[in-house]
Formats: sequence, C-alpha cells, structure tokens
Amino acid sequence: MDNFIKRIFSKEPSSADQAKDRLRLVLINDRTDLSSEAMESLKDDLLDVLSRYIKIDPKSVRIDITQEGRQQRLIADIPIAGPVSRKY
Amino acid sequence: MSAKVLTITSGKGGVGKTTATANIGAALAKRGQKVACIDADIGLRNLDVVMGLENRIVYDLVDAVEGRCRLNQAMIKDKYIPGLYLIPSAQTRDKTAVSPSDMIRLCNELRSDLDWILIDSPAGIERGFKNAIAPADEVLVITNPEVSAVRDADRIIGIVEAEEKGSPRLLLNRLNPEMVKQNNMLSADDVVDLLAIHLLGIIPEDKAVLISTNKGTPIALDEKSLAGQAYRNIAQRLLGEDVPLLDLDKGSGFFNRISSVFGSGEK
Ligand SMILES: Nc1ncnc2c1ncn2[C@@H]1O[C@H](COP(=O)(O)OP(=O)(O)OP(=O)(O)O)[C@@H](O)[C@H]1O
Ligand SMILES: [Mg+2]
Repeated sequence: MDNFIKRIFSKEPSSADQAKDRLRLVLINDRTDLSSEAMESLKDDLLDVLSRYIKIDPKSVRIDITQEGRQQRLIADIPIAGPVSRKY
Repeated sequence: MSAKVLTITSGKGGVGKTTATANIGAALAKRGQKVACIDADIGLRNLDVVMGLENRIVYDLVDAVEGRCRLNQAMIKDKYIPGLYLIPSAQTRDKTAVSPSDMIRLCNELRSDLDWILIDSPAGIERGFKNAIAPADEVLVITNPEVSAVRDADRIIGIVEAEEKGSPRLLLNRLNPEMVKQNNMLSADDVVDLLAIHLLGIIPEDKAVLISTNKGTPIALDEKSLAGQAYRNIAQRLLGEDVPLLDLDKGSGFFNRISSVFGSGEK
C-alpha cells in the first residue's frame, strides 16, 4: 500500500521496471552485437541512401529493433514525403 | 532403458546449478527413476558436498575417463534414495583432462542402465561448460531474477541454440515473491518475456535451502519447504506431467494480506 501510493506520486519507475528496460536494451545489443552508437549510424546511413531516391522527413522516421521470441528484427517505418527533386 | 541427458548450466556463477542438479536428481529418484548426477566442474568439486557424499569418494570422473577404474566404480550410491548416484568431479587435476568427446562417450556408456543423467555444468563458457553441454539431449538454463544473471543466461541460451541443442528450458531460482509484489524484483513474467524461452519452474528464495545444504540432505525431500515443493514439481514436469507453477503467495495468509492493506505488512 505504501508502495502503491509512492508509485502514483513519484515519477521514478520502479526498480523492477528499470531492470527490465535496461535489460531489454542490453540484450538487443548483445544479440545483434550492435552498440547503440552503431545503431544510430546505421539509421543515418540508411536514411542517406534512401533519400537519394525518395524524399524523407527524418523526424517522422522510425527505425527500431524489435524482438519476436528470440528473433531480432529491424523494423523501419519511413513515410515518403514526396519524390526527390532530381537534377538532370 | 535409455537415459535422457540433461545439462544444467547458467553462464553466471552462483545462481544455483549445483543445488538444482542435486535436488532434481533426488526428486526424480524419489519417483522411482534411476539417476546419475555428474559433476562436470573439474577442479572445483561441489556436487559431492551438496549431496552429502563427500566421504564416500574413491574414484572420480577423470579416473573413469582415463580408465583407472570401471565406470560403475566411479558411481557413488546416494545415502538416502535408492536409484540415485553421483559421479564426482576431480579436485586437483588439470581442467583439460576431460574433453567434450570423452563426455559423450561416457554418457553413451551410461545410458543403457539409467533413466536420467544430470550434468552439473561449471559457470562460464569455457571448456568445462562445453564438456557439460556436449552430451546433452536437453539443456536447462538456470538464472536469478537479477540483471547480470539474466544477461548471462541470454548469452548461454544463444550458444546452446547455436550448438543445435534445441531451445533450452528455464529455471528461475531465488525468486522473492514479496519483492516482486513491491516491484523491486523482476517477476517470472518479466524474465520469460526477456529471454523468450519456456519456463520449466520457479524456485523461491528459501532459507531452508542453505540449512539442508549444511546438512548434505536434499531440500527436495523436505515436505514443508516451498523450494522442496518447487523441485518436486520440476521433476514431475520433466516426467511429462502437467503440474501448474507454484503459487508463491501461499506463505502470506489472510492476516498478512490484511496487515499489508494497513501498511504494516511488507517493508
Ligand atoms: N532457492 C534458493 N534459496 C536460497 N538460497 C539458495 C537457493 N538456491 C541456491 N541457493 C544458495 O545459493 C548458493 C549458490 O548455489 P549453488 O552452489 O547451487 O550455485 P552454482 O550455480 O552451482 O554455483 P557455481 O557457479 O559456483 O558452481 C548456495 O549457497 C545455495 O545454498
Ligand atoms: Mg556449482
């Protein structure tokens, strides 16, 4: 009960939730052998390549690694803003 | 008979492999199964003391592998339970005295006379671990609800799957239901979510485990202990019976719940 009230009034997530969130990230890194910096530069490179062909608003892009069972999956949701203006 | 070889491993040290091996062995034997427990932790012999058989050792695993004794001479009969045997590890020899192919050969020799061969793996991912999983038909990964233990379990699961041993099953040891309720410990659901393998059993944190280990008697024979019950249930599940997971709140009765409503229960 004390804990219940404490949780409602405090912004800090419970230590179990922190453990779970931290582990989720660590396990993705461990399994893919991809650090979070490497993941960031993967995203940048990917957007770089794609924007040669389509117009992308970087703010609306979502690229994440998700877990399906023990299978890791790279999921990219990239709204196309329009055709890229080609210079011929 | 053709024994099933079950290896208990963890990645992180000290999470309860040896205790689990001794108690699953005891619980299976108690159900009439013929079981040999092999201590694969060469140089750090432990399963003998946990099983209370340290005074009966004449020959060990390395003696058997190197042909200094017959295999059945290295099998020590349990004091309490008929049909339960220990093959102790060697204490002082060099760690490379046994190879993965030695373990496969040894288990194949044992299979025809047993129902189960349980292998207590050392921590880590070195030679001893490789020895322990080489002959396995199935691997059990044991962990604690704690970040580093879960992380290491995940590494081990990856390695076991890469070795084409199938998906291991999970034992979650030292769960403290009170702390889970207070959101200060990963729950069984959290751990299963993260590791994404099948949960074979949950063993609660239980002081009686240390007490029974002090005496060298298996907690699995203690009718009153919750951890003992957990081990008996795990044995039944291994035998294919459908036993629900333990209700770990059983300890906290009506009065506990009342007092926790008024804020004086758990602290
Ligand atoms: N459910 C439990 N409740 C309380 N204590 C436990 C429980 N399970 C194991 N322990 C204690 O934890 C300690 C480590 O257990 P154990 O030796 O079985 O681990 P291990 O994984 O074999 O260690 P190592 O990696 O060194 O071989 C022991 O003191 C044991 O009594
Ligand atoms: Mg051990």
